[in-house]
Amino acid sequence: MAMTMTQKILAAHAGLESVKPGQLIMADLDEVLGNDITTPVAINEFKKAGFDSVYDNEKINIVLDHFVPNKDIKAAMQSKACRDFSKKHEIKNFFDVGKMGIEHALLPEQGIVTAGDCIIGADSHTCTYGALGAFSTGVGSTDMAAGMATGKAWFKVPSAIKVNLIGKLQPYVSGKDVILHLIGMIGVDGALYKSLEFSGEGISSLSMDDRLCICNMAIEAGAKNGIFEVDDITIEYLKNRSQREYIIYKADEDAEYEKEITIDLSTLVPTVSYPHLPENTHPANENKIKIDQVVIGSCTNGRMEDMEAAYQILKGKQIASDVRVIIIPATMQIYKECIKRGYTEAFIDAGCVVSTPTCGPCLGGYMGILAENEVCISTTNRNFVGRMGHITSSVYLASPYTAAASALTGYITDPRSIGE
Amino acid sequence: MKNVQGKVFKYGDNVDTDVIIPARYLNTPDANALASHCMEDIDKDFVKLVKPEDIIVAGYNFGCGSSREHAPLAIKTCQVGCVIAKSFARIFYRNAINIGMPILECEEACEKIQLGDEVHVDFKTGVIYDITQDLQWQAEPFPEFIQDIIDKGGLMASLRSRSK
Repeated sequence: MAMTMTQKILAAHAGLESVKPGQLIMADLDEVLGNDITTPVAINEFKKAGFDSVYDNEKINIVLDHFVPNKDIKAAMQSKACRDFSKKHEIKNFFDVGKMGIEHALLPEQGIVTAGDCIIGADSHTCTYGALGAFSTGVGSTDMAAGMATGKAWFKVPSAIKVNLIGKLQPYVSGKDVILHLIGMIGVDGALYKSLEFSGEGISSLSMDDRLCICNMAIEAGAKNGIFEVDDITIEYLKNRSQREYIIYKADEDAEYEKEITIDLSTLVPTVSYPHLPENTHPANENKIKIDQVVIGSCTNGRMEDMEAAYQILKGKQIASDVRVIIIPATMQIYKECIKRGYTEAFIDAGCVVSTPTCGPCLGGYMGILAENEVCISTTNRNFVGRMGHITSSVYLASPYTAAASALTGYITDPRSIGE
Repeated sequence: MKNVQGKVFKYGDNVDTDVIIPARYLNTPDANALASHCMEDIDKDFVKLVKPEDIIVAGYNFGCGSSREHAPLAIKTCQVGCVIAKSFARIFYRNAINIGMPILECEEACEKIQLGDEVHVDFKTGVIYDITQDLQWQAEPFPEFIQDIIDKGGLMASLRSRSK
């Protein structure tokens, strides 16, 4: 039977010739992931079930990223639980403060995840690694516990939506605008339970950072996973990085899709998702909305190209006087590179603060919580009620170009009006 | 699976995990601490009013957003008998099953059932009966292996019983 990329990866990991949508399978996992919020719950489940050893200590990844360096005593206890568990079970890929990064920026950067993998992570944005041509999906803590204990997870084989990308992005338009545009088109449950499979001649103009950002927010359309066809750009990225042999799965030409969507990249404009759902998309230049805070970072947009975009807009300029700007490089490597290239100094000179890697403000943890009625433009992934602080505060989602341009003017701004 | 009967709390579409349990309370995995803030950002009175076996009825895409298992765990610890929604976000759906929190999908029931109605749910048959309005709907019951996971109290408990 003809299969999609996702279906082929799942079939291979379930030891089956082929699978079809709706089929329940038990699949072998290449990597299991958790963070400082979800891992403690998984550890409880693991212990409650009476397991005393992990299936494979080289296939488990525990990354402290949400509330570190610890924001309070309770968060410190959670980190300690992860640390103690990792030590006891000799978890190879345990990333503590100083080595950590935001999990979904860190694992691809370190070459831990690769093309053809089957990965679960107790974090909804685990779908990010689909950018590498892997099947990767977010699960809960119990699935993580079962994955650590058995190396397996159950899945219902998803059907797929094919996203055919054509054309080329205009200057100051990025991967973030692509995924916000798509979510605006299909809605926050437009791909519920399904795969979003990206292919077409347009993908050759998208960098790995663009693709990672696009797959990262597949969950915001309800998708089980997002996945890009592997091409030369993927292979170039994986070369000298991937810790394991990668395997390329291509969709069959006659694979069945529930729907096909074509997006001409050249028609996209800088896009902003208004509160309180990622599907509320508007062109960045539609309304003059006053902002109090800007956040540039997260597993969605804390990568090197995102820092470059912010630098390009902010260098030698001053941010608006009544705006706070928080820039958070997503990994220690990116953090260091920002220092080396002089970005950090330029950001500080412009009036921004630069933090060590953390998820921090994205989920309203710390490092930029909003007060009553405050407004933030953010390169993060969710703008739900109360997501970044007070329940009357609001978050507008945008690309690093748009967020940085808005930092200069104090209101939501199309970066093309600044950049040129 | 044991049938449940209780009063209905009703919500709209896209109830996300950030409102089910805000991240500011995620600095503990303690179920009772989480439950004490359940639904707080959309319904301040929920925790005060909810009684064992009460039922949450909602629209499309219930539980969207974060993968935090803390969300179904908070609802389960409030002793909610069942969540009935037009559809569930997939991670929430999975998490609910994995921790043994009963859920059902039924568009029509969610359309008609009103806040405060007394509703009875039969998990074996999938029949949802609104006692207040004397109306009945048929939801797709869980396949047996899922009923078994929920009966045993979740995925880990069922793994343990299988390995014995």
